[in-house]
Amino acid sequence: MFEDGTIINELFIERLNYFIYVILLLIGLHGMIAKNNLIKKLIGMSIFQTAIILFYVSVGVKEGATIPIYLPEHDPHGSHASHGDENGTEEAVHGPVVLESGLVKGYANPLPHVLMLTAIVVGVATLGLALALCLRIYQGYGTIEEDEILAKIERQEMRLKPSIIVKSADSPKPKTSNSENSAPKPKVSSSPSTKRSKARPKAKAKTASTATKAKTSQAKSSSPKPKPAVSKSTTTGTKKSPAKPKTTASKTAGKSTTKAKPKPRAKPKAKPTTRTKATSTAKKATASKPKPRTPKK
Amino acid sequence: MMENAIAWILIFPLFGSVACAILGMGNKKICYPIAVLSMAGSLWGGIETLRQVIASEVHRVSYIFGGWTLDKYPRGVGIEFHADILGILITLVVLGVGLIVSIYSKLPVQDETPNKEPLFYTLFLLQITGLAGICLTGDAFNLYVLIEVAALTGYGLIAMGSKRAAAATFNYVILGTIGASLYLLGVGYIYIKTGTLNMVGIHDVIVANGLADSSTMQVAFVLVGIGILIKMAFFPFHAWLPNAYCNAPTVTSSLLAPLVTKVMIYVMIRMVLSVFGVEFSFESTLWVDVMPWLVVVAIICAAVMALAQREIKRMLAYLIVAEVGYMVGGVWIYNYYGLIGSIFHVISDACMTLCLFLGAGLILRKAKTTHFDGLRGLFSKMPLTMTGFFIGGFSIIGLPPTCGFFSKWYLITGGMVSQRWEYMVVLMFSTMVMVVLFFRLIERIHLAVSESGENLGHGHGDLGLTKEQTRFDEGPLSMLIPLLLAATVVLVVGIYNQDIVNLIEIFLSEFNLPKGVGH
Repeated sequence: MFEDGTIINELFIERLNYFIYVILLLIGLHGMIAKNNLIKKLIGMSIFQTAIILFYVSVGVKEGATIPIYLPEHDPHGSHASHGDENGTEEAVHGPVVLESGLVKGYANPLPHVLMLTAIVVGVATLGLALALCLRIYQGYGTIEEDEILAKIERQEMRLKPSIIVKSADSPKPKTSNSENSAPKPKVSSSPSTKRSKARPKAKAKTASTATKAKTSQAKSSSPKPKPAVSKSTTTGTKKSPAKPKTTASKTAGKSTTKAKPKPRAKPKAKPTTRTKATSTAKKATASKPKPRTPKK
Repeated sequence: MMENAIAWILIFPLFGSVACAILGMGNKKICYPIAVLSMAGSLWGGIETLRQVIASEVHRVSYIFGGWTLDKYPRGVGIEFHADILGILITLVVLGVGLIVSIYSKLPVQDETPNKEPLFYTLFLLQITGLAGICLTGDAFNLYVLIEVAALTGYGLIAMGSKRAAAATFNYVILGTIGASLYLLGVGYIYIKTGTLNMVGIHDVIVANGLADSSTMQVAFVLVGIGILIKMAFFPFHAWLPNAYCNAPTVTSSLLAPLVTKVMIYVMIRMVLSVFGVEFSFESTLWVDVMPWLVVVAIICAAVMALAQREIKRMLAYLIVAEVGYMVGGVWIYNYYGLIGSIFHVISDACMTLCLFLGAGLILRKAKTTHFDGLRGLFSKMPLTMTGFFIGGFSIIGLPPTCGFFSKWYLITGGMVSQRWEYMVVLMFSTMVMVVLFFRLIERIHLAVSESGENLGHGHGDLGLTKEQTRFDEGPLSMLIPLLLAATVVLVVGIYNQDIVNLIEIFLSEFNLPKGVGH
């Protein structure tokens, strides 16, 4: 079975290293592309790089060869020192010496291994950077599953859409209704919080009538915060609405409840001065809005 | 000092980055002048090297680090930097873009990444070191290390952006690592067969031993090729690029977008022409038959996807993917004029992409958005910015006085002469898409037309905006001047195109490229 020349002999005996390296390479590639978990992707990446290191190291192997340091009997400096030590010039002592080709055969080529030292360093740097990125992703999204991250990113983009309505509703122009339908989303994140809170009650009334998708996105994410704030300052519906965010939020991750809570407390400070514009109808709309939302979720 | 100019190109940014990291801890404000000065010094080294290259007889400057000179030791011992005309031209592009972006970076870096200026400029200068090193190195493994230096710093620079940037960077890390690792694997195969890592040495061995039919070299070629294609965001592998560049900080995207993909194109040209050699790359592989069609698919898909975008930065990112298709196609139609066009397009595309991204950064700063709907009436608000932006845009389309026209001219000539009609047609198609893209933008910016086509103004010339909204309000000078400088470069490179093409012709004259139908 293991005679020379058969495929089994070639694969498993002579070239076992290369066989293993290809398998490792494919495992790593599969892990990087197909896995959903970011850490698993990184494990795949490590396997992938290790496979290449195995390949290079296998290339450098030489049967019966030793490490590329002069054996005592080959050492030109040693032989120089033994006879005629005064005649040994500076160059002969310090400069590199080229051995005869017959002697070189006894040594392994160090270059592939040395290259891999560099490659390992690069791999470590990449892995460290990728792990740091994982950490940041986890801090930002609370998960390291790729599909959940994508879903959260999508939800955030959806949430940005009503915020454009905030802007256009805020402007005093008569043509606002026109631009509302057309305008998706200039970013709003940089606008100061006072301006946002001023505009929000109006926007709420708009979204209640128009954007149904935005509701679901708002319910989960951090935007429940304005509701308690509004209803606290008004007289009606104070009992109800603070309770609502809890019920909706309890279904989502525990983190978002803790996040959503402290914010309403901070908000009202800005409210009394800025919220002069909000009409009573808008308030009613916001107060009544949580009701239809709960059965959905 | 003069004879070491090629080393100074790298020494300035490398030690500048170290200085930023150390001195920046004490005083953050010192980083910006260090960055600008080291870029200027580096550019001086580049220009000096170009002078030497042109002056030398073989049009090549070879510099071997560590005193392993060629007269005492065989080639391949010691790391060699060799600058031929192609290498030094691309290096100059890298350094020029780096200098302009470093001047531009003052305010955006302060505002977008507050308290991280030392880190930012450290990475910035290391990025330049990596990119310039890629263009100059004459060693295949050294190239891998420098690719990774550029990539790792690029990951860091991108991840400093918005919250989404981390997720986008992660994808970039995964794909970038696959690309670089495949390249490394390919270099391993080359090393097995040729026993050297020096690019000139590899080529000599291939020619001397007739390795064109060797299956090991074929595997090496495929691995290196695919690795580079992934790194340059060629169409099926482009997934990492748009998200990474859109979510990156302004300065990062204006530095990386013009350079990273173009430098990888340079690596491909270097591998195809200098390392594997014309005969090997074009005659004994199937890439000549396959690649032009992949390019056709790539350009069409990227152009259509660019058309679907509603946000300037994202649209520009897809434009880059389409432009990568142009340049790859210019190489693989296997024609003298195609290669001139490809190399010239690397230069001009870097200039115009820089122009567009600098403009987009200014728009983002002043209009607070780069979405198409936030652009109404911007021309009356910031006329200089929009002029600079549109010079870049016209260059992408290929209007005559700009450099984009001339590079596209050579590309189309190449397609025609080599009778690659599919490539020519797709270039025309893509040009038309670019026209639509940019004139749609012009319409948004000059006229008051909404998404659904309604006119929001009260008749002709009325933008439907108040006086307040259209008042003259340009961006800060430290950002505006680099943009106008970049726009000037686009025009100057266009006007003096013949000089650059002459240089490229000198470089290409040593290769045996067909001027007619090659395949």
